[in-house]
Amino acid sequence: MRTKLFAVAVAALFAASPALAQQKLKIGFITTLSGPLGVIGKHMKDSVELALDHLNRKVGGLETEVVYGDDQAKPDVGLQVAKEMMQKDNVDIVAGIIWSNVMLAVVPAVTETGRIMVGTNAGASPLAGAQCNERYFSTSWNNDQSPEALGKYMQDQGINDVYVLAPNYQAGKDMVAGFKRYYKGRIVDEVYTRFGQTDYQAEITQLRSKSPKAVFVFYPGGMGIQFLKQYSEAGLRGTYPLYSVFTVDEISIPAIKHAALGQYEARFWSPDLKVPASQKYVADFQKKYGHLPVFYGAQSYDGILLIDSAVRAVKGKVKDTKGMIAAMRKANYDSIRGKFTFNVNHHPIQNFYLLKAVAGPAGKDPVLEIQQTVFKNHKDAYYKDCKMKW
Amino acid sequence: MRAHAQLIFWAVLVAALALLPPVVGVLHEPFYVELVRRVMIFAIAAASLNLILGYGGLVSFGHAAYLGIGGYAVGILSFYGMNSGWLQWPVAIGASALVALAIGAVSIRASGMYFIMITLAFTQMLYYLGISIEEFGGDDGMRIKTRSQFSGLIDLADPVASYYLVLVLMFGTIYLVHRIARSRFGMVLRAAKSNEARSRAIGFSPYSYRLCAFTIAGALCGLAGALLANHTAYITPDFMHWTRSGEIMFMVILGGVASSAGPLLGALVLLVFETLLAGWTEHWQVILGPLLVLSVIFFRTGLAGIIPGAGDE
Amino acid sequence: MPPLTLVFEQLLNGVQFGVMLFLMAAGLTLVFGIMNFVNLAHGSFYMIGAYLTLAAVQWSGNYIAGVVLGLAGTLLVGMLVEVVALRTLYARDHLDHVLATFGLILFFNELVAIIWGRTLLDFPRPEWLRGHVEIFAGSRYPFYRAVVILVGLAVGAGLWYVVTRTRLGMLIRAGASNRTMIAALGVNVRLLYTVVFGFGCALAGLAGLMAGPIYAVLPGMGEMILIQVFVVIVIGGLGSIRGAFVGALLVGIVDTLGRAFLRPLLATMISPTAADSAGPALASMLIYLLMALVLAVRPEGLFPSRGR
Repeated sequence: MRTKLFAVAVAALFAASPALAQQKLKIGFITTLSGPLGVIGKHMKDSVELALDHLNRKVGGLETEVVYGDDQAKPDVGLQVAKEMMQKDNVDIVAGIIWSNVMLAVVPAVTETGRIMVGTNAGASPLAGAQCNERYFSTSWNNDQSPEALGKYMQDQGINDVYVLAPNYQAGKDMVAGFKRYYKGRIVDEVYTRFGQTDYQAEITQLRSKSPKAVFVFYPGGMGIQFLKQYSEAGLRGTYPLYSVFTVDEISIPAIKHAALGQYEARFWSPDLKVPASQKYVADFQKKYGHLPVFYGAQSYDGILLIDSAVRAVKGKVKDTKGMIAAMRKANYDSIRGKFTFNVNHHPIQNFYLLKAVAGPAGKDPVLEIQQTVFKNHKDAYYKDCKMKW
Repeated sequence: MRAHAQLIFWAVLVAALALLPPVVGVLHEPFYVELVRRVMIFAIAAASLNLILGYGGLVSFGHAAYLGIGGYAVGILSFYGMNSGWLQWPVAIGASALVALAIGAVSIRASGMYFIMITLAFTQMLYYLGISIEEFGGDDGMRIKTRSQFSGLIDLADPVASYYLVLVLMFGTIYLVHRIARSRFGMVLRAAKSNEARSRAIGFSPYSYRLCAFTIAGALCGLAGALLANHTAYITPDFMHWTRSGEIMFMVILGGVASSAGPLLGALVLLVFETLLAGWTEHWQVILGPLLVLSVIFFRTGLAGIIPGAGDE
Repeated sequence: MPPLTLVFEQLLNGVQFGVMLFLMAAGLTLVFGIMNFVNLAHGSFYMIGAYLTLAAVQWSGNYIAGVVLGLAGTLLVGMLVEVVALRTLYARDHLDHVLATFGLILFFNELVAIIWGRTLLDFPRPEWLRGHVEIFAGSRYPFYRAVVILVGLAVGAGLWYVVTRTRLGMLIRAGASNRTMIAALGVNVRLLYTVVFGFGCALAGLAGLMAGPIYAVLPGMGEMILIQVFVVIVIGGLGSIRGAFVGALLVGIVDTLGRAFLRPLLATMISPTAADSAGPALASMLIYLLMALVLAVRPEGLFPSRGR
């Protein structure tokens, strides 16, 4: 008797969510919201909210609810959040995710339930290659495409004697591999630093002793801010030009300010991109939140628009997975990157640009400005490993 | 009377956990099977830590290392195409035991704060090792494509079947730790905790007893690691992050040090609470933090001390 | 750059990193030596020092005034935390200390994120702290880092003076060896503890505010350095200021030289590709290996404090 009562109590405790109305679309959006890395997640969440505003809170014409989940940048937590969304909140589609490791853990779990997953940042190469999946779409890029573009640019410029620095983890090595795929000149030295390192003075001293012609780095998040501050503190800004990927962006510039000036980056998008959909997104984002958006946000905004286009195409029949996939493959919407097509592996074929940090409006922080197009309609290096047939 | 209360407590606990899958199945809330399975895996890790921390007084701040080793054992073997659980799990347990033996042999000579820090340092080393091994994904970790195979006896990809397997293993672990703590071996361990000099005086050298307990705890936590790897189908160096060691430690304290039910209660309350809070506000840590402090200050007996029948003796 | 200059400059880098570690370690080891209290949340005061100073500099428009206000603020926050939360825990075992202060870490990181946001903040350094010094021909050492070294050494000397030559230092040493005795002699031990704790926090705050312009100011910045600080005090011997100083310099120099020279050194012994993968991994583990080595030889650290 006691046991039974207890079981009923447990059941009552757990039965919190009410039954769903059918005319509704539920999207689960996973990103990192807590902890020091939550700043990126905030940009993504804000951009999703902006997309919902633009769509009058109706994605594909359906009443929409977005459930946000915090993965704490941990794969197992991300997986748990995804399962909670699918099993408890009954979301129809899962989207988001910043980190490759979280993505690699979550994608199989989502797609094996028959749901569609839209990745809006992490670009793990296995998902573009051998592990590609018909229910997984990306509105971002593959990790090493940006360094490929930078490598191509530096190769074209005939820059020689490059010093390479990156954190000692998978993405760091991927970035350097991508760089070297297109840059064929001399590399003075290739140095991997501890992941999460804060002081780079020792590495900077080593670098100076080698007198390279240029420096290529990949230092995402806090590591980049620390590296750049110390780099310009050491007075190397004017001496050895610095080229980077995923190091300087609209999140880090407010923290480094003038130390960013003169920095080269490569990317598929920048707030100054002259594409109407992008300009609308940037203007309204600034109006709503008072600061510039960053590519993490742009991709997330784009992800919601992609879902919107597909749900419209299937007339709200979200459960029609085949129809959804076919509609998504058309990429029939006004993307922030302009018109583009999906490759066979469901990753965009898109342009990559060279960006430079230049002085912003008087009294304001520097801004990134597009200098030139490095790649037109660039495909990632892995799609040939993807066995998907359209 | 107390024995009676204990019996009721454990009966209710076992029944509630055993009945969970059918109940949430009826309610169409399968997520709770996932959540509670995760809770029970961490309860195994916490129970293993309780053996050395609760009964042995060895405050290991690096227990997550064995979670990682157990997980990586499964992941690495599966990477090389060896998916048999009959092979993977014993390797996970054995490798964890070996590493624990090595770490213990060096650390146990240190005491107090030194012991806390040296166990932390060893786990940090393993964490950095995990990050720098590219073959197994480095920092990204590695997906486990096929879960451990047990000659078709049980399908770990089936949430309910694996739930019951974890359930059985968890109660098995709790019972094993309970038996060890009350054996002659456990008596020596506990005696050395309360008074090292006296236990030396009566002729026991605590070192070998502690090392043995440390190794057993590592082995049991390695099992939890193998289960966690099968639960997430993914392994990452994050299993070994120092905050993870802190969480496991907190489960033991919250539940009640040196009590059999403590680790399970602590894991249950912490993880369920974390999930609820995180769903409510992204600033959940600002609430969880002070609660940890308050529970340490005012809640010395842990949950096992306030729930009738949950305490021991 | 001649090789000798390079080695010298790397040594200087090591000393500078060591000095930062020392400022953190001094407060931690002081609190441990006297109250026998383990404070995992020490890194939070490093963070609080940086944030409060940044806010005060922006508010007052003056760097020095900001530093003074920031340090005073950190001292007050530290004393407040001691009175509200930690005081009752002194009599408990280390386990309770670790857990309660683990909770404080979560709290402070999130609180800072709520107040200042999660964005990394720029901590500008005043004009007069920019530029370089040429210690000898060909070396360009950032002036700010040179100042950090000097401040750290000055604080170290000051601490030595306070602890060994003043009445307060006498009370501190007495309190460390026999609490009951000095309480019986009419010393307000509670107040003494609160002051010492606040003082230790202010030292961490000093490290934080000096780190601000070099590193980034962000929630959780304290935990990035905390583990290394623990390694320092364990190597040095818990409770010993002298040990913290020696340990900090040792860790700073070993870590820096390891990062700079380990990989090239390995490359002369094993194949360059093997060195490329082993070098960085080994460099990150070096200080932990150092600690294991020291503890294997001297289980109580280099300078075990007496009476414990």
